[in-house]
Amino acid sequence: MNRFPPGTFTPRPGPGAPLRMLAVQSGTEMRLALRNGEQVLLTLLIPIVLLVGLSTLDVVPLPAPRIASVVPGVLALAVMSTAFTGQAIALGFDRRYGVVRRLAATALPRWLLVAGRLVAVLGTVALQVVVLGVLAVALGWRPVASGLGWALLLLLLGCAAFGSLGILLGGSLRAEITLAVANVVWFVLLLAGGIIVPLGMLPGPLAAVGAALPSGALAEGLRAALAGGHPPSAAQVVVLLAWTAVASALAVRTVKLR
Amino acid sequence: MNTPPPAVAVRGLVKRYGRTVAVDGLDLDLAAGSVLALLGPNGAGKTTTVEICEGFLRGDAGEVRVLGLDPADAPDALRARIGVMPQGGGAYPTVRAAEMLRLVAACSADPLDVGWLTDVLGLDGCARTPYKRLSGGQQQRLALACAVVGRPELVFLDEPTAGMDPQARRVVWDLIQALRRDGVAVLLTTHLMEEAEALADEVVIVDRGRVVAQGSPTALTSTTEQQELRFRARSGMDVDGLIAALPVGYGAAEPIAGRYVVRGRIDPAVLSTITTWCAGQGALADDVQVARRSLEDVFLELTGRELRS
Repeated sequence: MNRFPPGTFTPRPGPGAPLRMLAVQSGTEMRLALRNGEQVLLTLLIPIVLLVGLSTLDVVPLPAPRIASVVPGVLALAVMSTAFTGQAIALGFDRRYGVVRRLAATALPRWLLVAGRLVAVLGTVALQVVVLGVLAVALGWRPVASGLGWALLLLLLGCAAFGSLGILLGGSLRAEITLAVANVVWFVLLLAGGIIVPLGMLPGPLAAVGAALPSGALAEGLRAALAGGHPPSAAQVVVLLAWTAVASALAVRTVKLR
Repeated sequence: MNTPPPAVAVRGLVKRYGRTVAVDGLDLDLAAGSVLALLGPNGAGKTTTVEICEGFLRGDAGEVRVLGLDPADAPDALRARIGVMPQGGGAYPTVRAAEMLRLVAACSADPLDVGWLTDVLGLDGCARTPYKRLSGGQQQRLALACAVVGRPELVFLDEPTAGMDPQARRVVWDLIQALRRDGVAVLLTTHLMEEAEALADEVVIVDRGRVVAQGSPTALTSTTEQQELRFRARSGMDVDGLIAALPVGYGAAEPIAGRYVVRGRIDPAVLSTITTWCAGQGALADDVQVARRSLEDVFLELTGRELRS
């Protein structure tokens, strides 16, 4: 006596609706990111602590009002934490646990496999921006309204640049190496990449390097947009697009499913 | 009535990793709606062959058609029609079991009911447990659920019962038999002879990337030339003397003290020779059994008895 009634498995194959696949995959990945303590520490708690700490305590010399230079840096940090560090580590361990292969073996087309991860990143960044923005306004932050659109554009360009770098790192190296590299890069860029300390207050050579990094271009562009309502400079846009292009091109060649 | 096209047709498949030849001119045919077991020692090329059929690897030579498609050229079109249980499963480390199954189900147009499938595979008790905290057998059952939830027409199962307790294995065997009954073709790899014997219409034994034998389990095990006779008698009798008494080409051994095996074509004359010889030794041949070879015997004969690294 078989416990599966006749006709249970009569074939009726076919792919699901693309938008539903995208929604379920990105929703699952976003939930997993928000359920993971280390990820929440990285994406929300550290940015919140830095936002409150740097804007209220005089630990790092910053131009007044302090909050006006702190918020853009913290938003850039939020993008870097989620799209690069969090994404690379998650992808590294997802590969280790065979999930990328598992999903590739379903009817999920390959473009959705990548799109699902990017939508999950965008969703998490949107949540971070809302939480950090509300908190910043409560702390007295008053962004220039005409710069909000430019800031949004920069956040998207930043997600693209850091997201492709995250996929390149997490998709190519072993999970433990990814974990180490992603955290070291995060820490170095946080301190010396224009995120906490504006490039103008860094020593000359360091500032020049910082301007060519995605962290520096994103944070400086956000500072100009949110404090002055200025559009991003051509150099900042080119830096972000160039990192996106180079990292994506490399990722297409090196990313492995396992 | 039209015969449906084969589910899998492989001709002269070759796959090399550097200087190692993993698959060496392999042919494989899986008829629509039937079950084929790919049997072989570790490193025989089973998983490589399956992964080429799924479109995850590209062969170096040969022709592969799965449901009429070339897996390397049309992986997306193919994977919408097949179900895959990769070796070692696959899920986000922190995802809950039911959450993972819901995600895989959402990738199909008309999936099975996730709650029912979770229940019938005995996963209801751990539906909210994170994947990395599931036992090996639970991970295997989740992987199996993911392979069948989309109602595929062809299922690849890479060692589906590895690490399972006998109860869970029973459920999986039931499931594979139900798949076959409902017209789903199944290609499974296994180390377990009894699994291949119980489930497969066709068994293909591979070793070092080549097919060394194939056929139905009955055909593979019932070659009349290769019967054996087992009996019990007092231990320590002179086996060489027994071999000398038997016709040329017969073998005899005492693998366990007091238990004897004679290999060769067993007929009344041979049986009489054995009992007479035992009587001459002052012993009574007891518990005499003529057995067809198990698939395990065939397998070990073909692939050797030494351990593979």
